[in-house]
Amino acid sequence: MRILILGAGQVGRTAAYHLSREEANEVTVVDSNDEVLRDLQDRLDIRTVSGNASSPSVLESAGIADADILIALTSSDEVNMLACQVAYTLYRTPTKIARIRSADYFGREGLFSEGGLAVDTWISPEQLVTDYIARLIRYPGALQVLDFADGKVRLVGVRALRGGLLVGHELRALREHIPNTDARVAALYRDGRSIIPEGDTVIEHGDEVFFIAAREDLRLVMNEMRKADETVSRVVIAGGGNIGFRLARTLEKSSTVKLIERDPRRARRISELLTNTIVLVGDAADEELLLEENIDSAHVFAALTNSEEANILSAMLAKRLGAHKVMALINKPSYAELMESGSIDIAISPQTVTIGSLLEHVRRGDVVRVHSLRRGAAEAIEAIIHGEPSTSRVVGRRIEDIDLPDGATIAAIVRGEDVVVAHHDTVIQDGDHVILFLTDRRHIDAVERLFQVGSGLF
Amino acid sequence: MLAVVHVLGQLLAIFGITYVLPLIASLAYRDGTFQEFAVAALITSGAGSAIALATRRYRRELKSRDGFLLVTLAWVFMSAAATVPMLLLMPGLSFTDAFFETTSGLTTTGSTVLTGLSTLQPSVNLWRHALHWFGGMGIIVLALAILPLLGVGGMQLYKAEAPGPVKDTKLTPRITETAKALWLTYTGLTAACVVVLKLAGLSWFDAVCHAFSVLALGGFSNYDSSVGELRSPLVEVILIAFMLVAAVNFTRHFVAFRRLTTAPYRSDPELKAMLFVIGASVVLVSLVNVSEGMYADFWSAVRHSAFSVVSIATTTGFVTEDYEKWPAFVAWWLLLLSCICCSTGSTGGGIKMFRTLLLWRQAFREMRLMVHPNAVEPIRIGGQVVPNRIAYAVLAFIFLYFMTVVLLTFALLLSDLDIVTAFSAVLASINNMGPGLNRVGPSTTYQSLTDFQTWVCSIAMFLGRLEIFSVLVLLTPAFWKK
Repeated sequence: MRILILGAGQVGRTAAYHLSREEANEVTVVDSNDEVLRDLQDRLDIRTVSGNASSPSVLESAGIADADILIALTSSDEVNMLACQVAYTLYRTPTKIARIRSADYFGREGLFSEGGLAVDTWISPEQLVTDYIARLIRYPGALQVLDFADGKVRLVGVRALRGGLLVGHELRALREHIPNTDARVAALYRDGRSIIPEGDTVIEHGDEVFFIAAREDLRLVMNEMRKADETVSRVVIAGGGNIGFRLARTLEKSSTVKLIERDPRRARRISELLTNTIVLVGDAADEELLLEENIDSAHVFAALTNSEEANILSAMLAKRLGAHKVMALINKPSYAELMESGSIDIAISPQTVTIGSLLEHVRRGDVVRVHSLRRGAAEAIEAIIHGEPSTSRVVGRRIEDIDLPDGATIAAIVRGEDVVVAHHDTVIQDGDHVILFLTDRRHIDAVERLFQVGSGLF
Repeated sequence: MLAVVHVLGQLLAIFGITYVLPLIASLAYRDGTFQEFAVAALITSGAGSAIALATRRYRRELKSRDGFLLVTLAWVFMSAAATVPMLLLMPGLSFTDAFFETTSGLTTTGSTVLTGLSTLQPSVNLWRHALHWFGGMGIIVLALAILPLLGVGGMQLYKAEAPGPVKDTKLTPRITETAKALWLTYTGLTAACVVVLKLAGLSWFDAVCHAFSVLALGGFSNYDSSVGELRSPLVEVILIAFMLVAAVNFTRHFVAFRRLTTAPYRSDPELKAMLFVIGASVVLVSLVNVSEGMYADFWSAVRHSAFSVVSIATTTGFVTEDYEKWPAFVAWWLLLLSCICCSTGSTGGGIKMFRTLLLWRQAFREMRLMVHPNAVEPIRIGGQVVPNRIAYAVLAFIFLYFMTVVLLTFALLLSDLDIVTAFSAVLASINNMGPGLNRVGPSTTYQSLTDFQTWVCSIAMFLGRLEIFSVLVLLTPAFWKK
């Protein structure tokens, strides 16, 4: 697939990295900063073009004429929208994705529909990250909560802890513990390595367990993995930027939210927009301030400033001062890995959250949702299955008869309104939404091929 | 370090496959060399595979510094490996001379230590020309095109091997695709050249040999008196055309063929400058030859002048007439042309037209800045602003280039060579051009040089083909410090 990425910022660079790692993609990145581009080209097998991202001549020299996908990720909403429009009007580029930050744009019905601006899909990284954090806070104890099939099914990552009902038991005991619910463990990581979950696998303290269940059953299943975590009612947010502000607005109705912002003017501005949040002016790494605001009774401390180093330090400080759970926004994958094994409970990587929504459009076939997991090493995919039993290698077969590549598990199926958690004898039908967990992303090609029918589509 | 050795092994294994060409020739002509070439192929591929297997644990992605080491090692080892059939088939040949010959082949220099070329077995002659052809576009670029092994590291290798100061522009997003595109263009043009030469009356064998030689801007011929032996004005015209084609950046050819337009040529500042310099030189040399009365009739003077100018300026080194017998001005002028004319990304040698243009503009900018001390003036080439970073790199390159020429000339002088031979031999070698003057002139070979002198020329050819930096960076302490 020929992919054109506009903008080599954080998100653009990560997208280029992930997309160019897949053999089938040819990636070109456009940016106005030569030095960033040179550095990028040294590290990745991509082409770079320097210039203004929305100008037709620059797009042309970047090969827009035969590009399959345009992904506009510059920091300016206006440039992104214009680039998509130019690509559509002059070159009829099939798929155009734009990053739109301002809710003022993506909040309007019809702006991006037929006859409006030629943006097929918009993504708002800040919004995605905010939703992601909000879900984490709603399910205390979860490392990751990911939606499939419009939220009917959720994939949850938790760290198993002593005290959980299932810890120390074989996986097949899950059914006896909670007979009326259906859940399935999709993947299991022990000491950072993947273990294929079988009926007789014993869950140990410290395992990272990914399971899938219908939304209503989540809490029950989570209790199996760890003692019930307290519900979150007191949240402290450090950083009143886009994400911090949005998160405060989402949470302020149900919890007590305190937000610490360093810039008095910004603090004043968000205090005007937020109704129930206590906005504090100050430094998030200021011990006095944190103590004064009862950090020791905060259920969650989320460090969401623009500087990852500051996030790490203030989160570590908050943890030491007694915050029950701390999260930090960390861009660098290496930092995230370093921190999650130690002093910070959850490292939130904005790129991993965002990249999934881009991958949805790159995958061959009828892929509805892709979530990138474990910093891009694993992937969870929701795809719609099409085909006849005669032509497809999937339709009409039982799951145990499907020849899946190593490390791939079919975790659940959504059939119409029903959620069917996959068992070895479940038969897949035409039109099913299949949710598949892949522990090694390198097999993605095999998975894509498996689900393709003769026509080249699913 | 061992990761480099691993890839080196793979490259050698691939290089062994190139023996297919002489093997086919020896079967077709039944010249009794099949065994020797088969042995050479097995040794090369076998040793390469063994090295690659033994070091496969160290396989990892190459870093940018690995590229330089790998490219230099690969070229030296391939030249050495290519001597095997020569040594087996020519018992009197020393390793020094054999190495010189294969190096001259791979670096597309085209100077030889062999005489009686037309009496050599056809497969040996084809092998010499095949070395030209593989070396022309670059054997590592070929490896990139057919092996998926190199990925990210591939760009580093490409940069270390491809000629010219600006190498960041890729034809396609994937380096493998770019390499494929270049080799496809190169192969297509070669095939076209073979057909045209055949139509002009050459035998298939002569056509293939000369096409390999001309597209690589090499200069080997299967006759002692080079192209002069063919005595055909038509062939000379064809060769002139293809020499000019091969001296143009191959990425322009690719884009022009794919989009079927001449736009890439029209916007190529290097091409314009090259055509201007070569055109003016043809006129100048013809005038000199006519006025000195070198030829009885006007048209033979023009014909031989034009061929010599194009052949030397594009660093090919084909010879039809002994231009040393012409006024001394001509021989030295041609030597100068060989330094500057070829384009970035062509198969030719020298400092490349891009650098020449850049230095020219830089010189004028300095003078304008003396007049307008506060002026801000970017350097433009063909309307494109060249970043200062590249200008500095070019200045450093030119300094190294001249220092290399001077020092190697001194080395030859030390070994009792006369100044004309020494200087011209170094220039002809570092520019990958071929014939020098006096004892290594167009009508003789490099046979009369001592072993030491031959090695100096071999080194100059490597330095010239890999554009000095890639080799000399290995000699800096910074490169080896962890």
